[in-house]
Amino acid sequence: MSVSKIYLDNNSTTPCDPRVVDAMLPYFYNHPGNAASRNHPFGWEAEDAVDLGREQVADLIGADPKEIIFTSGATESDNLALKGVFEMYSRKGNHIITLKTEHKAVIDSCHKIEKQGGEVTYLDVKRDGIVDLEMLEAAITDKTILVSVMWANNETGVIQPMKEIADICQKHGVLLFSDATQAVGKIPVKPKEVGVHLMAFTAHKMYGPKGIGALYVSRKKPRVKVTAQIDGGGHERGMRSGTLNVPGIVGFGKAAQLAKAEMTADAERVSALRNKLESALLSQLEEVYVNGSKDERMPHVTNLSFKHVEGEGLMMTFNQNIAVSSGSACTSASLEPSYVLIALGLGDDLAHSSIRFSLGRFTTEEEVDVAIKMLVDGVNHMRALSPIWEMYKEGVDLESVEWTAH
Amino acid sequence: MAYSEKVLDHFKNPRNVGTLDKANKNVGTGLVGAPECGDVMRLQIEVDESSGEIVDAKFKTFGCGSAIASSSLATEWIKGKTVDEAMAIDNMDIVEELALPPVKIHCSVLAEDAIKSAIKDYKTKQEG
Repeated sequence: MSVSKIYLDNNSTTPCDPRVVDAMLPYFYNHPGNAASRNHPFGWEAEDAVDLGREQVADLIGADPKEIIFTSGATESDNLALKGVFEMYSRKGNHIITLKTEHKAVIDSCHKIEKQGGEVTYLDVKRDGIVDLEMLEAAITDKTILVSVMWANNETGVIQPMKEIADICQKHGVLLFSDATQAVGKIPVKPKEVGVHLMAFTAHKMYGPKGIGALYVSRKKPRVKVTAQIDGGGHERGMRSGTLNVPGIVGFGKAAQLAKAEMTADAERVSALRNKLESALLSQLEEVYVNGSKDERMPHVTNLSFKHVEGEGLMMTFNQNIAVSSGSACTSASLEPSYVLIALGLGDDLAHSSIRFSLGRFTTEEEVDVAIKMLVDGVNHMRALSPIWEMYKEGVDLESVEWTAH
Repeated sequence: MAYSEKVLDHFKNPRNVGTLDKANKNVGTGLVGAPECGDVMRLQIEVDESSGEIVDAKFKTFGCGSAIASSSLATEWIKGKTVDEAMAIDNMDIVEELALPPVKIHCSVLAEDAIKSAIKDYKTKQEG
């Protein structure tokens, strides 16, 4: 990637690693079989490729290959886990506990479940974005069937204490699901070791292709089942019908193999670049805030608020060259600022001023240096234009101003 | 989201950025929007008291590209107009000129409000 176009939006999606693409290519033409065709060599080749991919994906997360259900991506996996558990365990109870900072695929699935007679508790998080364990335990009732907590947050990179959460769930005999989309392949994620029973993740956040994801479903202690949400030929042990995406699974497997081998080195290199970016912006600009825990955080993410600068406007100063994302309302169709940052207790004004930087395997130091300069120039440009920055510098108490909300 | 050329031009080269002395009797200041909403515009006019002509206009805006472009355009348009002529500027004129998409129409509304608010402030000062 050239320095004129710098990609710091790896939490949205990652580019495919060329080694992943190389592994996939034969399965578009030379090996076109359907993995469910049991009676000819084309089918056998496809089945072998799927078996290998499943082993590689399972190996990355320390699971048994039989515990991997392939889906179209993490959104489908989230839907399958939540709705599938709600339906399968309806005799046991109807209560689900989750966090206000979860991904929309979890929140919206929970809303749908509420319409179907389920009860969902959406827990607040602490100021640093981390779950309050006491609050979580107190929310569990005899009707609770599932706790859903994401491993690492997509906007802030904040990592939840999954082991502690799992211990609470085990104590109360409640299933634990985690959307680990942002964590798998970048930090060690071992659901079985930790005590997570279902886990969603996807290839395209770990240098694999789009359109292929997985749901880990524990087979032993406990044996978990989910009601299928897509019916058909009974693929994936009856939990997810549909012809398997063979090239996608091959790519996912290759991406998992590479992630396992390179994760430690990648994380070390990328966190050094992230820290360089973050500390340069904090030292060269006034009134910059890090959103979410700095300690319990993914190595490649920083979410910063630039006070009195509107996020989308700021992005416009450099978005011909640098790709990032913002929690500003103006970047969303709803005109509401990021609900994740609001849940952390940020005022709407700081949420509007936020930018998420997510680095990746292919980010270079040169790119980070260019980004630092463009960000500093952009913030200074926007502050020179900002009436509230001027008022702040003059010592006006912005809280005391009577604003005309519109 | 793709921006129109005119929005980009006003965003990159905003006209009339700055601050007029709000203590002056012939300066009117409009401050509209709220930080919580992600948009604050401050638009100021300096009026020739004998002719009622707006001889200078300045703005500062906290907001997205469309908000900055709308207020920049507003200052450009009202300079040289009389106070009464400026009152007649409609937000839809701004929408049309900048080719704002529906989701950004509120930026033009805010710019119209900023003009009217600045004129109102000027008139209140004149009466006072």
